[in-house]
Amino acid sequence: MPAESVFPQLEALLPHVQKPIQYVGGELNSTVKEWDDCDVRWALMYPDAYEVGLPNQGVMILYEVLNEREGVLAERTYSVWPDLEALMREHRVPQFTVDSHRPVKAFDVFGLSFSTELGYTNMLTALDLAGIPLESKDRTLDDPIVLAGGHAAFNPEPIADFIDAAIIGDGEQAVLDMTAIIRAWKAEGRPGGREEVLLRLAKTGSVYIPAFYDVEYLPDGRIGRVVPNRSGVPWRVSKHTVMDLDEWPYPKQPLVPLAETVHERMSVEIFRGCTRGCRFCQAGMITRPVRERSITGIGEMVEKGLKATGFEEVGLLSLSSADHSEIGDIAKGLADRYEEDKVGLSLPSTRVDAFNVDLANELTRNGRRSGLTFAPEGGSERMRKVINKMVSEEDLIRTVATAYGNGWRQVKLYFMCGLPTETDDDVLQIADMAMSVIQKGREVSGQNDIRCTVSIGGFVPKPHTPFQWAPQLSAEDTDARLEKLRDKIRGDKKYGRSIGFRYHDGKPGIVEGLLSRGDRRVGAVIRAVYEDGGRFDGWREHFSYDRWMACAEKTLPAFGVDVDWYTTRERTYEEVLPWDHLDSGLDKDWLWEDWQDALDETEVEDCRWTPCFDCGVCPQMDTHIQIGPTGKKLLPLTVVK
Amino acid sequence: MQRVRLRYTKRGRLRFTSHRDFQRAFERALRRAEVPMAYSAGFTPHPKVSYANAAPTGTGSEAEFLEIALTERRDPEKLRELLDESLPDGLDITDAVEARTPGLADRLTASVWELRLEGVAAEDVERAVAAFLAADAVEVQRRTKNGMRTFDARAAVAGLQATPAPSDRPGQGPCAILRLVVRHVTPAVRPDDVLSGLRAVADLAPPVPAAVTRLAQGLFDEESGTVTDPLAPDREAVTAAPQKAAGPAAAPEPTGAGSA
Repeated sequence: MPAESVFPQLEALLPHVQKPIQYVGGELNSTVKEWDDCDVRWALMYPDAYEVGLPNQGVMILYEVLNEREGVLAERTYSVWPDLEALMREHRVPQFTVDSHRPVKAFDVFGLSFSTELGYTNMLTALDLAGIPLESKDRTLDDPIVLAGGHAAFNPEPIADFIDAAIIGDGEQAVLDMTAIIRAWKAEGRPGGREEVLLRLAKTGSVYIPAFYDVEYLPDGRIGRVVPNRSGVPWRVSKHTVMDLDEWPYPKQPLVPLAETVHERMSVEIFRGCTRGCRFCQAGMITRPVRERSITGIGEMVEKGLKATGFEEVGLLSLSSADHSEIGDIAKGLADRYEEDKVGLSLPSTRVDAFNVDLANELTRNGRRSGLTFAPEGGSERMRKVINKMVSEEDLIRTVATAYGNGWRQVKLYFMCGLPTETDDDVLQIADMAMSVIQKGREVSGQNDIRCTVSIGGFVPKPHTPFQWAPQLSAEDTDARLEKLRDKIRGDKKYGRSIGFRYHDGKPGIVEGLLSRGDRRVGAVIRAVYEDGGRFDGWREHFSYDRWMACAEKTLPAFGVDVDWYTTRERTYEEVLPWDHLDSGLDKDWLWEDWQDALDETEVEDCRWTPCFDCGVCPQMDTHIQIGPTGKKLLPLTVVK
Repeated sequence: MQRVRLRYTKRGRLRFTSHRDFQRAFERALRRAEVPMAYSAGFTPHPKVSYANAAPTGTGSEAEFLEIALTERRDPEKLRELLDESLPDGLDITDAVEARTPGLADRLTASVWELRLEGVAAEDVERAVAAFLAADAVEVQRRTKNGMRTFDARAAVAGLQATPAPSDRPGQGPCAILRLVVRHVTPAVRPDDVLSGLRAVADLAPPVPAAVTRLAQGLFDEESGTVTDPLAPDREAVTAAPQKAAGPAAAPEPTGAGSA
């Protein structure tokens, strides 16, 4: 496969497309290595537009980890917008990497990171533009190994026909292990072709090769069992877990794009994993245990990263950032260090119960105090017990009172609609909560111009969570419930005008639900949607619910199932779930007990602060909780001018 | 406060950088290079940078200009090197002078452009140019934020010449080069408006988009028919008053009136 740059052909098309800068590469801190000096070559894709994909931490980390290695190169590719796609098809320009504009087909591995299932149609577009057969079974030695990763890969069954392999869990070490296997196989002259290299990967027990498993179905449409069809292929495939984040301080040199992107900041992951145990949260379940980066490790990453990028904002990322054991010292230390440099700090994902005003003051020392965001998720106390989000209304009111008393004027509250056992009344209580917030805010601040915004979307049950058995609420019921809530908020004379209401209708959630808990039969729907022109399903202006439903009606009846069967149907204990052979470490019986506890409105504590409650991850994956405090502090940086 | 005027380029693939993209990249480069920038007052302070007359997205340029305000004095040439190193290749800082005269923007009254027309014979271009120059007015249309707009592309054009491309150039087939001198007027007449004009008067339709580069920008000189270097007055002011440039003492605050 020739690996010459297609830039000359692409360049002629760029004057005709929107925002051409996103296709030219040349980002600060990007790496272009000599093709011929490397024997294993990765094309990494975030299957969404450049503006969303470029800041993705997962891709950025793997890009750097791979490029740091001698003899290995990694380049990036993103979804092209339909305007360029049409021109590329007309002028036969293949899917290219932005680093050196090489055709994706020329690489050894085409790795895609799926944060969400809504990128599946974009994967098919990219494969087709690349000239790679859409289905694994049609590929030859001329094609790369198509690899899926990211959170959605914990159930890769809906895309099983389109990918050659999937890796679940942390990617840092996993991509290096995979590189070593491919390198050895290539050095031996690629014995046994694709089959052999995939088999070698499968035998490690931590790379999933869908083609090496047969799925047997029961007459009622449910799965009978999933069986390996080659010897040496394990029954279950394990997730990867990186221990000691301080050993993996990536990205060290974050990419700085010329084009505008969704996150214009330097991000540092301050810990990975979360054991708060919110039952709806797939991320919290599949990334256990909690592993903190040390305060000094964080300080070093921020220092080097700011130097390398010139960003004006530092985001301290994790699933619940205020839960870091030394978050107070981290925030204060960083605010002290960068007070002069006008660097802002942000802490996405802050829990109501972990918020304190000292922390918030440190975070806003160099910036403004515009709004605070919290996610109670459930409107009623009962609902929050079901989902195990242990935040009481008093906690929330106390927190917002402090915030309004300290100069904040706006609070944003996030909720979900359609949670298991939810009734109209549970959702309507969201309005009461928002009204109490405004009432308290007016009282504390002595002003009337304070605001509260309620943001709400439909809940989608996810694999590897206690709610994986739960029925999803239909789009119609979701919309009806949201309408009642809207009417209650808008109808309130005293507080209604101070409360903003933002909601997502229930339809996209149904498609997401189909793809999240789907099995291999759902692949036919994805392919039909792609062939009918479906692209960029995460974008309101491109997403078409009607197209998805029409394609499902065309393809699923042949299997005796339908969209409702995948979404609004409750599963039983005995049912074999499509992802049971992918091992996230969570004990299925524990998940079931937690599901029963949810129905009983019984809460579970966080194992960081209470004894282990046997979710199964640590013993199964041979990992352990890694948290501070280390007792260290961030010292002022010596100023060299 | 010291003010420094910079000339920069948009070359190669980075000509697809929009002006907004460039602004973000430049302000980050200032931070990486630890330039002691003056900030605006207010709720969200911004570094003081004035941009002049940016070239449209997709056109290359050898002559873009901006001015920055510093809180501490820096040697302009050292500053230029530092910033150039901090910016991606293609966005290159090619000149730096301390501002000693007011009104840089007033000295940018015309631009010299080069348009490379692949797949077009030089004779055809020459014929179109002659027709264009012979016309009193050439109405063209451009889509703007407020819909289609019709305006004259002829009056602003102070010079237009066609030449065949050098024979040792890469690529095959015919190719012509247009050199265009255009005055900065309102509404602005851009190189692609002139191309629309050539199409209107002589049906000239290049098969591929023209590669357009701004070669120079400055004060239009009627006699020579080209533009002068807009940074020259600042440089000459330094030569005229070397004692001010050499010492570490604070630069005189520009009064904003009359001294040019």
